[in-house]
Amino acid sequence: MSEELMPDKNGRFGIYGGRYVAETLVPALEELSEQYEIIKNDENFLKEFTDDLKYYVGRPSPLYFAKRWTELLGGAKIFLKREDLNHTGAHKINNTVGQILLAKHMGKKRIIAETGAGQHGVATASVAARHGLECIIYMGEEDIKRQSLNVFRIKLLGAKVVGVSSGTSTLKDAMNEAMRDWVTNVDDTYYIIGSVAGPHPYPQIVRDFNAVVGREVLEQSQSIIGKDPDMLVACVGGGSNAMGLFYPFIEKKNVRLIGVEAGGLGLSTGKHAAPLNDGKEGVLHGMRTYLMQDDAGQVIETHSVSAGLDYPGVGPEHAWLKDIGRAEYEAADDEEALDAFKELTRVEGIMPALETAHGIAYVKKVAPTMSKDSSIVVNVSGRGDKDINTVASIEGIEL
Amino acid sequence: MSSKIKEVFSNIKAQKRKALITYIVSGDPDIQTTLNIMHCMVEEGADIIELGIPFSDPMAEGVSIQRGHERALDKGASLHDAFELVKEFRLTNKLTPIVFMGYMNTFESLGADLFMQHASSSELDGILIVDMPPEESSDFNLAAKKANIDIIRLIAPTTSSSRAKKICSQCSGYVYYISVKGITGAANMDAVDVKNKVGELRKHTELPIAIGFGIKDAASASSVMEVADGIVVGSVFVDLIGEGGNIIEKVSAKTKELSEVLQ
Repeated sequence: MSEELMPDKNGRFGIYGGRYVAETLVPALEELSEQYEIIKNDENFLKEFTDDLKYYVGRPSPLYFAKRWTELLGGAKIFLKREDLNHTGAHKINNTVGQILLAKHMGKKRIIAETGAGQHGVATASVAARHGLECIIYMGEEDIKRQSLNVFRIKLLGAKVVGVSSGTSTLKDAMNEAMRDWVTNVDDTYYIIGSVAGPHPYPQIVRDFNAVVGREVLEQSQSIIGKDPDMLVACVGGGSNAMGLFYPFIEKKNVRLIGVEAGGLGLSTGKHAAPLNDGKEGVLHGMRTYLMQDDAGQVIETHSVSAGLDYPGVGPEHAWLKDIGRAEYEAADDEEALDAFKELTRVEGIMPALETAHGIAYVKKVAPTMSKDSSIVVNVSGRGDKDINTVASIEGIEL
Repeated sequence: MSSKIKEVFSNIKAQKRKALITYIVSGDPDIQTTLNIMHCMVEEGADIIELGIPFSDPMAEGVSIQRGHERALDKGASLHDAFELVKEFRLTNKLTPIVFMGYMNTFESLGADLFMQHASSSELDGILIVDMPPEESSDFNLAAKKANIDIIRLIAPTTSSSRAKKICSQCSGYVYYISVKGITGAANMDAVDVKNKVGELRKHTELPIAIGFGIKDAASASSVMEVADGIVVGSVFVDLIGEGGNIIEKVSAKTKELSEVLQ
């Protein structure tokens, strides 16, 4: 099957994806699918979405040649896709700008979302503020501690933050709680999922709204590099920034697609968040995908220095791209990510989010092995301001 | 072959009463106590027991049952324990139907075929996989049919009439009507709406209909029992278990109270 048709009508990417939810939500998801199919080709919607991306988000984001970093690494030319320059500081806003229009089209009055690093929470609270809709953000207590800056931003934007202390108190538990809210308030509430994860049609919707990233890179590569890049690199938690970058390139088999998962304390320790590298097939949050789980089918605790990658599952389309061999999935551990964070900051004056730093860490490794006439585009999915408390505390510095 | 669940419902109908279906989490607070609770529930009038299979991410559960899952998992409870528990229960009780209620990922850890082998050998009667709508259940449907294990399915207040018809056609044992838009233990049940919806549902199925999710006490049970064949009560029991103290005494009293209402 051509990627153009993915997912199929049952929301499947190969064996992955689908709609594994309690019955109460099935009709709501069917309605969402129907409405999305109508709206996605509607001229008025497309114009409003494109205008919002241009005037509210600030698109297109630049494709920037990292000259000093390229010279330092001494191999492939490195280009940074500057999603960190978007309004609210990450790629997450592309998706929320689109989904809030869908929510309004469906007549929903109340917006809910889950967040890990807080970027999706901020992006959701921002668009909810702009459209004057009530907004509730679910966030794990553990993440509330390590991302306090974003928690305060969300509150300033007028949204309510609900702490989640069940399970591991991180992103997956926030998603469980958001689902529980949705099932309870399904009539008037729209759930803006922040990654290419969850039950169908979310993986498709979130991919489509982020695909603007890859489409811009397609064009920008021709004018700036003069040809297609040889490799695209992006970090993968749930996988929305990677999917947005990869999707328009899937049929371009000359371009290697590399997703970089969170290696945590190291793949061999088992303490990581890299299901595509070291997980197995399972069902969580309404989707079939690769999962971090034990033999009894219990989802296990993940470890990552980056809250946004600290998730035991991954978008089903990534699972499929891995199985068919179209994309490759690597891992960078906490230490490598922190080194990369510092290097990009010092050499290019660009401070990446700790999530992004995992992609940067892989580029650091692979670029020197590539020829000087080859090129890499890495998605700088977010900026690192939100992470300075985390980095400072690792270094033993009190701010 | 006729199922135990079917027999139980037809006996209850003949007695002109409603079935009391009780839910507890397997291994909460430990396997031996769960076994004791099961026996005492039957003694005080429970007709069918739903055993929750503990899962790390029980998305459809309210706080009460979430805590039950967590307590069971803290003690290392698993699907294997649950099968052992049913075998142990069957040493002295061959008649009370047992249904496993849980989430896809734990059930799939064994695979559908192996699951059903265990189910048959431990004389399990039915399964209810919360996050397995009909569209996603071909493996378990097939295996369950072969093993003569009932697949109980959920119908929600949001389910359309045409969809309800389709779900009922793939359901056996009983149909589980979710009485609220919400999670287990929710407090917002609208009895009038439930009665209307269940009345509507009768057009699509001959199967017994059990009502659950929002039934928290004798009063809420009696408000909808006239349209039901059975009532499912869970959160209340799981709360009592969580409180500790003399669990058996408290669970017995609550079971008795509810079963008397359903006479």
